[in-house]
Amino acid sequence: MASMRDIKRRKGSIQSTQQITKAMKLVSTVKLQRARASAENSKAYFNCMYQTVNRILKRVGSLQHRYLQSGGSGKKAVVVISSNRGLAGGYNSNIVKLVTRHEGWNKEDILIYAVGRKGKDAFVREGYEVRLDMSDVVEEPAYPDAMLLCNELLKAYADGEVGEIYLAYTSFKNTVSHIPTLLKLLPVEQEIQSEEEPEVPMNFEAEDEEALEMIIPKYVTSLIYGGLMEAVASENGARMQAMDNATSNAEEMISDLTLKYNRARQGSITQELTEIIAGAEAIS
Amino acid sequence: MAENKCLTLKIITPNRVFYEGEAEMVELNTSEGEIGVLPGHLPMTVIVKPGILTITEPEGEKVAALHAGFVEILPDQVTVLAEIIEWPGEIDVARAEAALERARERIHEHTSDTDLARAETALLRAMARIQAIK
Repeated sequence: MASMRDIKRRKGSIQSTQQITKAMKLVSTVKLQRARASAENSKAYFNCMYQTVNRILKRVGSLQHRYLQSGGSGKKAVVVISSNRGLAGGYNSNIVKLVTRHEGWNKEDILIYAVGRKGKDAFVREGYEVRLDMSDVVEEPAYPDAMLLCNELLKAYADGEVGEIYLAYTSFKNTVSHIPTLLKLLPVEQEIQSEEEPEVPMNFEAEDEEALEMIIPKYVTSLIYGGLMEAVASENGARMQAMDNATSNAEEMISDLTLKYNRARQGSITQELTEIIAGAEAIS
Repeated sequence: MAENKCLTLKIITPNRVFYEGEAEMVELNTSEGEIGVLPGHLPMTVIVKPGILTITEPEGEKVAALHAGFVEILPDQVTVLAEIIEWPGEIDVARAEAALERARERIHEHTSDTDLARAETALLRAMARIQAIK
């Protein structure tokens, strides 16, 4: 059996770790609430945007447009939103796995646009080409950041450097469930049109093509922005959960060690008593 | 539709719902020129150009500087998806005036490598901001 002193020391170290994990949990709970509120605020914009783009696509139907057809290049641009900090359970590795284990995707055909340092590092390690790193954005995503990223992507798309653009982010269902999601940004999926009966016929003041030219970039930007918002909420949710688990594991270990410590203490008392009694008997 | 004198106006930005309410008329600047929207308008989608957005409510007028986005018009509803929009109270006058000056200069002394379209947008934006305060 370990000595009383060893047990005590170990218990102390676990206790201080527990304090850290508990504090981290509290911090991420607060951050989660904030991130969730702003994610919900951006939902309205995103939903309207989605409906409008749907309506436009329904109208233009099979119009030949570069945003609706895959470009010549077989390369794919993937925007990967991860976090800058670790200790968030499987949050970062899940999103990386989503891309690296995707069937039919070759390392050589993929350009990574990384948002989040952990994700970027993982892709560099795996030997992917990281085209752009916008990790600072993750701390507090703002709409202009999404616009910037979108401009970079559209430039690469327009130059024919990439033929498809994807977004990999962790979608936030609720506090405990976060799902790594891969979303195709461009070319805009044609299934998007196959929805209920056409509602009101919509007119455009600008030409169809011009309208697409203007609205699709805004659509992509809003998707990226929505992805960023949800990813930040998921990150904090994941960290909160991981830290909650760590805290309760520490709790369990501490109670286990307390039991061991008390046994050891009792053992040593009993032993001392036996020795004293034996000594006293020997004298008398 | 004569009895319905109001339309529902919703202005949404990526961060928040900027405005939601009943309006008698909405005026704004689009890529094809300035328009005013009354209830019963033809369904239409227009693209925003920097300018003043005027909301005529039953009890008065409200103005805001609208810079980018697009507008979906339905007979009884107008939805503005605004990338950038500000109430007059949120505008920094000094900054807007400096931007106006800068943009004017750039357009005035433009060289072959000046991005004229960008300078023009900047000019329009600054003008919309200053106009909104007045």
